[in-house]
Amino acid sequence: MSDLPLQNSQRSIARRGFWQRMLQQRYLYFMAIPFAIWVFLFSYLPLWGWTMAFQKFRVGQSFFDQKWVGFDNFRMLFQDDQFINAMRNTLAMSLMGLIAGFTVPIIFAVLLNEVRISFLKRFVQTVSYLPHFVSWVVVAGIITKMLSTDNGVVNQLLMNLHLINEPIAFMAKENLFWYVVTSADVWKETGWNAIIYLAAISGIGPELYEAARVDGASRLKQMWHITLPGIRSTIIILLIMSIGHLISIGFEKQFLLGNNLVKDKSEVLDLYALKYGLGMGRYSFGTAINIFNSVVSLILLFVANGIFKRVTKESIM
Amino acid sequence: MDISKRSSLSLPDRLFDIAVYVVIALVAICTLYPFLNVLAISLNDSIDTVKGGITVFPRQFTFDNYSLIFSFDGLLTGLKISILRTLVGTLLGLISASMLAYVLSRTDFQARKFLSTYLALTMYVSGGLIPFYILMRDMHLIGTFAIYVLPGVVSAFNVFVMRSFIDGLPGALQESAKIDGANDFMIYWRIILPLTTPALATIALFLAVGQWNSWFDTYLYNGSKPNLTTLQFELMKVLQSTQIGSDGNVNGQNMNQLMNRISPESVKMAITIIVTVPILVVYPFLQRYFVSGMTLGAVKS
Repeated sequence: MSDLPLQNSQRSIARRGFWQRMLQQRYLYFMAIPFAIWVFLFSYLPLWGWTMAFQKFRVGQSFFDQKWVGFDNFRMLFQDDQFINAMRNTLAMSLMGLIAGFTVPIIFAVLLNEVRISFLKRFVQTVSYLPHFVSWVVVAGIITKMLSTDNGVVNQLLMNLHLINEPIAFMAKENLFWYVVTSADVWKETGWNAIIYLAAISGIGPELYEAARVDGASRLKQMWHITLPGIRSTIIILLIMSIGHLISIGFEKQFLLGNNLVKDKSEVLDLYALKYGLGMGRYSFGTAINIFNSVVSLILLFVANGIFKRVTKESIM
Repeated sequence: MDISKRSSLSLPDRLFDIAVYVVIALVAICTLYPFLNVLAISLNDSIDTVKGGITVFPRQFTFDNYSLIFSFDGLLTGLKISILRTLVGTLLGLISASMLAYVLSRTDFQARKFLSTYLALTMYVSGGLIPFYILMRDMHLIGTFAIYVLPGVVSAFNVFVMRSFIDGLPGALQESAKIDGANDFMIYWRIILPLTTPALATIALFLAVGQWNSWFDTYLYNGSKPNLTTLQFELMKVLQSTQIGSDGNVNGQNMNQLMNRISPESVKMAITIIVTVPILVVYPFLQRYFVSGMTLGAVKS
């Protein structure tokens, strides 16, 4: 409150003031405390489980009876070829997802902005974020159906265009899996991710376009020199935020789109933890994977935020 | 208007327009076609479907696939549990987000800074799958309905979206209520809640869609409990069991081939439609809310 040293009596007044204010704000405390406890139970308490990674955890034994093993689980992890493989898959799909999931919505938003018929614009936008609200289970089913070898629309189209002679088994080819996942992601999220860019574009002043038109700039030039620079800061913020979330891509799509034929390319870190940690009862090993995942994504977030600070003199955290 | 006159003047602009409309039309078709195709197949006779060639209209129209899937026990239980978890989960989430957001919006609240950081941290740090699983087991939540709704009650993101909305409300109303002797809870209940309907609608949509769409918690915690199954999980089982078969791989086990026969294309697509329809019905109505909510959240965070 004040920088001046407080006398004893003043301090007691301040303290009484503290309790008094607390009493005054009791309703606010009543509203906040139950949920704060809730957060503690479901968000902070799991962090205590990280100790398992440094133990040879056995179910049913108390915390004090567990055997501590230091970094053994991590050592085991880094020596496992499967882990290296899962790491590679996670990074590859994250990077592909980042590049596609970042550029396609911008292109879509910029193009949609050029549509002059407002009914059409609204209709296409509404349609475009429909897939975002549909579950990955449904999307995986739809993608599998569209890419299937018997009567899948993609194969039929390619055949009719004489680009291929026989159907491609998209879902069964290891080398295509990363592309299938990335395309599925683009199909599902492009419209949704474009919302922010469209909002940013609508904030650009019409007088800029007016001036450009007077100068005789073509529509393409206006798009390039006014629209894109106009949403530059939005683009940078979202890019940095997605770098922070690079490694935490989830596993739903890989789980649902993958199958035994492509498992070398579909296994990501979370699935690996699920299979070799939880599935085999090796809780300590699985926790080590989870910790690795969390720590890497935190580091990425800090690095991204650092870059962001330097670029814009602002912080997103 | 004069826009059309201008564009008729220059050839590049006209070409540009054509290119834009072609791309936009392609996007719309790519998004809509799969849904229409699934709908058409679900309404087509299941034996006729095997011949292929169904696009957006059914060839032999029938509701048989739907009456067939509603005779499965799993589907009806799944429907019940899915609806229940969506209702309960959304309600709990709304209460927590609005209350915490109101408390955080009060600049005079003592523990405001602490609470804000305490919540924000949960967006960046998470214990991970396995520690969480162990904790749920220790809390005896595995194999119960509660595990669907309890872990997601507080979402920091929703709280912050809600708070930026409350921050935008005029403060005078709260002041006058205080002078009239209303306590903080009454201000929340009588003034904040009615004024934040648009934000509440956005968050309700996020929460409801999240609840309705989740399947992994059923798979992980309640996979062996047929009375706690959810629609998404049932759909997942049906789709996964036949996926390898539909890839043209004949090495699949006998189980897969059997499943192929009893859940052919049309029936699978009918379940997909049942699972998807509730979302298609609600989302156009809530659209104007979530677009503003989404931009608000992004700008503030």
